[in-house]
Amino acid sequence: MTVTVDAVEPVRHRAGVLDKARDILPKVVLAPSFALILFFVYGFILWTLYLSFTNSRILPVYELVGFGAYVNLWSQPNWYVALQNLAIFGSLYIFFCIAIGLTLAILLDQRIRGEGVLRPIFLYPMALSFVVTGTAWKWFLNPGLGLQRTMQQWGWESFRFDWLTSTDMAIYTVVIAGVWQASGFVMAMFLAGLRGIDSEIIKAAEIDGASTFSIYRRIIIPLLRPAFLSAVIVLAHMAIKSYDLVIALTGGGPGNATELPSTFMYSYTFTRSQMAVGSASAVMMLMGISAIIIPYLYSELRERER
Amino acid sequence: MAFLEIRDLYKTIAGADILKGIDITLDKGGFLVLVGPSGCGKSTLLNTVAGLTDVTKGDIVIDGEIVNDLHPSKRDIAMVFQSYALYPNMTVEGNIAFALEMRGVPKSERDEAVRAAAKTLQIEHLLKRRPSQLSGGQRQRVAMGRALVRKPRVFLFDEPLSNLDAKLRVEMRAEIKRLHRDTGATIVYVTHDQIEAMTMATKIAVLKEGIVQQVGSPEEIYRRPANLFVADFMGSPAMNLLEGKVVTNGAERAIEFAGSGSDGPIRLAMPSSVRETTFVDGQSVILGIRPEAITDRGLTDPEATTVSIVDALVDLVEPTGSDTFVVTKIAGKEITARVRSDVDARAGETFQFAFNLDKAVVFDPKTTKRLA
Amino acid sequence: MSAAATSVSPGSARFARYFIYATLVIFALIYLLPLFVMIITSLKPLDEIRSGNMLALPQAPSLDAWFKAWGTACVGVNCTGISGYFWNSIKMVIPAVAISTILGALNGYVLTKWRFPGHKLVFGMMLFACFIPFQAVLIPMARVLGEIGLSNTTAGLVLVHVVYGLGFTTLFFRNYYEAFPDELIKAAQMDGAGFFKIFWRILLPSSGPIIVVTVIYQFTNIWNDFLFGVSFASGGGAPMTVALNNLVSSSTGVKEYNVDMAAAMFAALPTLIVYVVAGRYFVRGLMAGAVKG
Repeated sequence: MTVTVDAVEPVRHRAGVLDKARDILPKVVLAPSFALILFFVYGFILWTLYLSFTNSRILPVYELVGFGAYVNLWSQPNWYVALQNLAIFGSLYIFFCIAIGLTLAILLDQRIRGEGVLRPIFLYPMALSFVVTGTAWKWFLNPGLGLQRTMQQWGWESFRFDWLTSTDMAIYTVVIAGVWQASGFVMAMFLAGLRGIDSEIIKAAEIDGASTFSIYRRIIIPLLRPAFLSAVIVLAHMAIKSYDLVIALTGGGPGNATELPSTFMYSYTFTRSQMAVGSASAVMMLMGISAIIIPYLYSELRERER
Repeated sequence: MAFLEIRDLYKTIAGADILKGIDITLDKGGFLVLVGPSGCGKSTLLNTVAGLTDVTKGDIVIDGEIVNDLHPSKRDIAMVFQSYALYPNMTVEGNIAFALEMRGVPKSERDEAVRAAAKTLQIEHLLKRRPSQLSGGQRQRVAMGRALVRKPRVFLFDEPLSNLDAKLRVEMRAEIKRLHRDTGATIVYVTHDQIEAMTMATKIAVLKEGIVQQVGSPEEIYRRPANLFVADFMGSPAMNLLEGKVVTNGAERAIEFAGSGSDGPIRLAMPSSVRETTFVDGQSVILGIRPEAITDRGLTDPEATTVSIVDALVDLVEPTGSDTFVVTKIAGKEITARVRSDVDARAGETFQFAFNLDKAVVFDPKTTKRLA
Repeated sequence: MSAAATSVSPGSARFARYFIYATLVIFALIYLLPLFVMIITSLKPLDEIRSGNMLALPQAPSLDAWFKAWGTACVGVNCTGISGYFWNSIKMVIPAVAISTILGALNGYVLTKWRFPGHKLVFGMMLFACFIPFQAVLIPMARVLGEIGLSNTTAGLVLVHVVYGLGFTTLFFRNYYEAFPDELIKAAQMDGAGFFKIFWRILLPSSGPIIVVTVIYQFTNIWNDFLFGVSFASGGGAPMTVALNNLVSSSTGVKEYNVDMAAAMFAALPTLIVYVVAGRYFVRGLMAGAVKG
């Protein structure tokens, strides 16, 4: 294109090198972070996936052998114990966290004096490390010195609470400690949801003659649907990842009674020298979490767009 | 050559054509108002002038320079945003001085310029405050001060008054107009409020769906709207638009409208504006007439040459204090007339309306364009 | 009086209030109980623990167990207490929080105010990275840390925590800056400010709350981490949580519950203090971490 030198034709300004640099600067700033994520998250996931198709034992080997590790994984009784425990732990953990969290949130929402004192008490366990929680509850539930003996000393001679050392019941102690830690957080989520409800809707329902109970059942709880969804997703995600709590509370025992997929993966990979099987179990965990998280993130990001 | 020239401008965003060949020019010191309903592309047009949005095709020329590829900060223009966009962490002084600071103007000069701008806008006492401590009107003034201090070639205003309450809006409207008069600045102003457009502009461009419908002085736009859209959009209450047929009435032509209910057809004389236009009998036309051109008989302009008197049933009476709007129905459409407030018009009774057809226009229903 | 028809009689209303308060207080006591037991146990001598009641207050409270946990308790074969590991955690958490917060702020700024085609995909990929089970990256990470000589070092843990914290810090800042008016950026551009000037002069000064939220969230998460610590730094470079677990689960010698509890308190105190001082921001971070912002 030639610029005609004409008295009427205006001067055309061109974008300079600096202007172009300015355009790519934001991408240059974002690039290192994105590269880190690409390599350390997505690259590593592919790496783990690859290892799950090898015969790696104590060290990685890179010769593909097909689905051997998966066949091996699904023939381990231990893996089934882990899955069964996850099902028990996950469902009870989610159920009780939501039940207690919702109850506390509704009670706290009744214009309670001292809410400012009570709320932080329900929530503080969330600030603790799972290892600390596990250590504390391990002591508290210790049959020889903890709750059981305390009750007996207080005169309830027949009181028994030895779940921690019982093969059948140990997984429920993980549930107790887990619920203690996370239910306050669920309460906070529901409380935020309750405080977000338009008070005029409640007033309208009162004028329509609804009782407090039916206002909650018919109007408020249905309006908390997004909070329920978030709570279930977050808790399910925490349940699958749960590792520290089990290690600190029961160490996966007694025996393998509290084995979870996360502890299974760790012990097969790092202590039992079955890296391929460990990788295969990690891939299964990733698939489980993806099935929950991806649809959720997708809908969240789309909602935000509106 | 005009000072600001927008030439055959196109903008496509995500496959949608937002601007479709805009051509507007503005002389130095002019006040151009871009007006139109939301989504008409007026804000996008303003953003392309500012350089905040790239153009797809066409040129923006400021003072003989094509500035399409220039960064906003190098176009020597200033903008007042709808939300004022005051930097929340800086004082009023810091806000006004920021652009000068970015350009490396020494502190003493900056202070001088800030003080001068603050004086013009009477916000000297607010200089140490933060935006959160200001009222809406004060923030508006600070936003203007921020633009003013740079002495730019062109000022851009993006719906600056839409966040103010009605009373303040009228005040600030006058303020901006005074500022324009005193500084001789060249201004491009976007609004969806046709009253703002009418009161402030030296030139109005009415946009719809990315196309300029009409460019002209406020008076031209108001009196001789180019098409039905402009006629309907500008003016409040809106222009009455009545569909009828051309008939021959003795020696003269007239427009006939179907009566409402049992009434016979209503005939109005052919408006003066289309005296020279040729019509055929039975041709469909749309008559456009502003409420103030339909009055009670006593208020009729004594110099009017063509007046038709029509008896019609009053549907609704809306007193506004200064005038009264009387609503009736002709050809199945609501017609608003503006009568004196002391006239005795009652809903359900017949009233004599005087149509001043010197002030009426005629549109072609097919093309929607004004005839003659 | 039509209002009386719907309102409950005052007696039963008062009963309902008592019931609500009673329930809340009982729950509060249950929530406080483990912490209470931890503290009183750490203040008792060992024979009082063995013979006495778990819930009884210490007869002669003493900090002996705390000193022992800090200075002379045996973690594995080393009997130098947990102090070294406590400092390991401090040395890990400060740079990791600082770096991930700074990067998150810049990422959030780019992803909201300097959008480019594909910005949503980039953000989606960073966000998903927050939620992966870390088991899926443990083996490669261990290999890579070994290759670059960062196994069992604090620097290695800093790298790990920065990488896997980036998703959250980016999420926090992105959501915060999303609500920051675009017009301010446009105005600053017209005023002649560039990319970094706008960030430094306009956004950052208004980012106080989100910086606090992010720092607290990252601090809590990194301090409390166990999996990365135990996988990549189980020896002398181990963080506090790993040392605590080693101390508590070591099966040699006499079980010193009071020392265990004191060590657990050392591990809990930094995050508890943060929670007490800035609980509001802690909760905000948790909620934002649950994506719904």
